[in-house]
Amino acid sequence: MNFLNLLKVALRAIASNKFRSFLSMLGIIIGVAAVIIMMAIGQGSKESVRKNISQMGTNIIMIRPGADMRGGVRQDPSAMQTLKMADYERILEEKTFVTHVSPEVTSSGQAIYGANNTSTSMYGESVEYFDIRQWTIADGESFTEEDVRKSAKVCLIGKTVADELFPNGQDPVGKTIRFKSIPFRIIGVLKSKGYNSFGMDQDNLMVAPYTTVMKRLLAQTYFSSINCSALSEEMTDQAIEELTRILRSNHKITGDAVDDFTIRSQQEMMETMSTTMDTITIILVVAAAFSLLVAGIGIMNIMLVSVTERTKEIGLRMSVGARGIDISNQFLLESIMISVTGGVLGVIVGYLGTLVCTSFGLPTSIPMWSIFVSFAVCTLIGIIFGYFPAQKAANLDPIEAIRYE
Amino acid sequence: MDEEKKVVIELQNVKRYFTVGSETVKALRGVSFKIYEGEFVTIMGTSGSGKSTLLNQLGCLDTPTSGEYFLDGVSVRKMSKNQRAKLRNRKIGFVFQSYNLLPKTTAVENVELPLMYNSKYNSRQRREAAVKALEAVGLGDRLNHKSNQMSGGQMQRVAIARALVNDPAVILADEATGNLDTRTSFEMLVLFQKLYREGRTIIFVTHNPEIAHYSSRNIMLRDGKIREDTLNENILSAEEGLAKLPKTQDD
Ligand SMILES: Nc1ncnc2c1ncn2[C@@H]1O[C@H](COP(=O)(O)OP(=O)(O)OP(=O)(O)O)[C@@H](O)[C@H]1O
Ligand SMILES: [Mg+2]
Repeated sequence: MNFLNLLKVALRAIASNKFRSFLSMLGIIIGVAAVIIMMAIGQGSKESVRKNISQMGTNIIMIRPGADMRGGVRQDPSAMQTLKMADYERILEEKTFVTHVSPEVTSSGQAIYGANNTSTSMYGESVEYFDIRQWTIADGESFTEEDVRKSAKVCLIGKTVADELFPNGQDPVGKTIRFKSIPFRIIGVLKSKGYNSFGMDQDNLMVAPYTTVMKRLLAQTYFSSINCSALSEEMTDQAIEELTRILRSNHKITGDAVDDFTIRSQQEMMETMSTTMDTITIILVVAAAFSLLVAGIGIMNIMLVSVTERTKEIGLRMSVGARGIDISNQFLLESIMISVTGGVLGVIVGYLGTLVCTSFGLPTSIPMWSIFVSFAVCTLIGIIFGYFPAQKAANLDPIEAIRYE
Repeated sequence: MDEEKKVVIELQNVKRYFTVGSETVKALRGVSFKIYEGEFVTIMGTSGSGKSTLLNQLGCLDTPTSGEYFLDGVSVRKMSKNQRAKLRNRKIGFVFQSYNLLPKTTAVENVELPLMYNSKYNSRQRREAAVKALEAVGLGDRLNHKSNQMSGGQMQRVAIARALVNDPAVILADEATGNLDTRTSFEMLVLFQKLYREGRTIIFVTHNPEIAHYSSRNIMLRDGKIREDTLNENILSAEEGLAKLPKTQDD
């Protein structure tokens, strides 16, 4: 029998059992919709994380004290004090692939202005930090090399700190606030960056010269990290090599000895994040895919019922000349049509579900290929779970089938 | 028998045994006969005598345990399943006791069914052949009636049209009037006699000894063997039989 006629027969069989066909489609609809929504959320989160990270600058390189911690071994506290002033100076002298450098020290505490106070973090940085991070100043200005040299008690504050300490909309610039009881004069307010994809407020911070924080707040001689920027994203690897060479020589590490510092690029961070997000997405999708498996078994069940119900029809078709393959094609097409129709509806429901998720504030993005994969998977389910019932139909004995009541 | 007539069916010592558990049921114990083109043969016998088994052999639905069967000159015994399916499609028309029409399907679509499995027909040719067959059984005005909107007699006419549509070498009917009342049975006989006059070869299995008067030859089976094989010199007219039926039966 040709394809068009087979299609008609399959359509008629489905139409004559609309409700039953719909119920077995329902499994596929739910499964496909779940897969699509999971993929959309996974993809959406990944894109939003990527966007956030690349907003921070894709050429950023971070140097942290201590050996690579990815092994998970806890290190001696003294190992965390390896980044010193000498390292910073040496990098400044010898850098070729690195454009900007900023040592970093941080301190958390209360910031107070008049009757208002807020808990925040103080970042000690160099002048170049704003170039590395690509941060812009909304109001006022940045501190100068002069301020760094003199360990001046000046600071820039983030939008959140400004809102907390100056709730009445006064201009913070020029006011003096206290952080850990040290007075700081506000010279600028940073442009708001909102929350990042991990839900962290990127505006709840203060930035001051690193010298000020080191000497006046912490009284320490080492940095908690050094941030650099490479000449360009493509030159990140050369920049990392350069920094490694400088620091190893400065720390007198030779031969096979391991570094007492860790250098990571923003790119690497991004890839690590992507991999993590991918893993989460895969887990979600696999869970959703199981419902497709269950749906497939549902289709098989319905097809077996359909074959049994139509035993007499099968016998008749065989007696007028249908070969086994004609019969099995007929039932296979029927199950494929059920699963593919379910797939189409599932994509639509999945799309609507994604819209609902978006309206609840979840980042979503439906990858185009997930739609094609859904169709392919549905066809495959139709074939796999339709095969056994179709084979059963094709192998019926025409004499017994036609007598079946 | 006229020697020049073409042999449509030839059985040579056909046996069909079934194994049920450890026992062997001998449904056919060696049956031989020839059926010529244009014969109207009734096959009779008691229940369990092997009539249906024989008809399944003739219809290529089954193969003999031993012996040879030639349909239109080709040996069926060694054919594969698919070859036999094709043979049924091209050379045989079945009429069953329980009509076996596709449910919720129109008369003309039911009649088209065998041609669906014949790639030589396109949809237009299929429709034409089906309409012609339905006209031949007197249902030219009921082409688009659904199978569940028809009486038993009409359904059996559709089934006969379906058996005719592929222009078969032989029409096989198993108890084709078994579900019908006397009057409708006679109407079917009138139809079969018309087909017989048109030169079709018909094999008609029945319990009803009366029907043998209306065929050209009668084969009696008993215990899987032929008891009698007689030519009917005096074929009664089914039309006259129909006319003689008491009028009180239809109201
Ligand atoms: N598939 C089978 N398996 C086992 N035995 C069978 C099978 N088909 C038929 N038989 C046996 O073969 C014998 C002949 O059966 P068959 O159906 O041909 O009889 P019949 O003449 O058509 O009877 P009826 O008039 O009741 O239809 C019976 O004894 C039956 O039990
Ligand atoms: Mg029988």
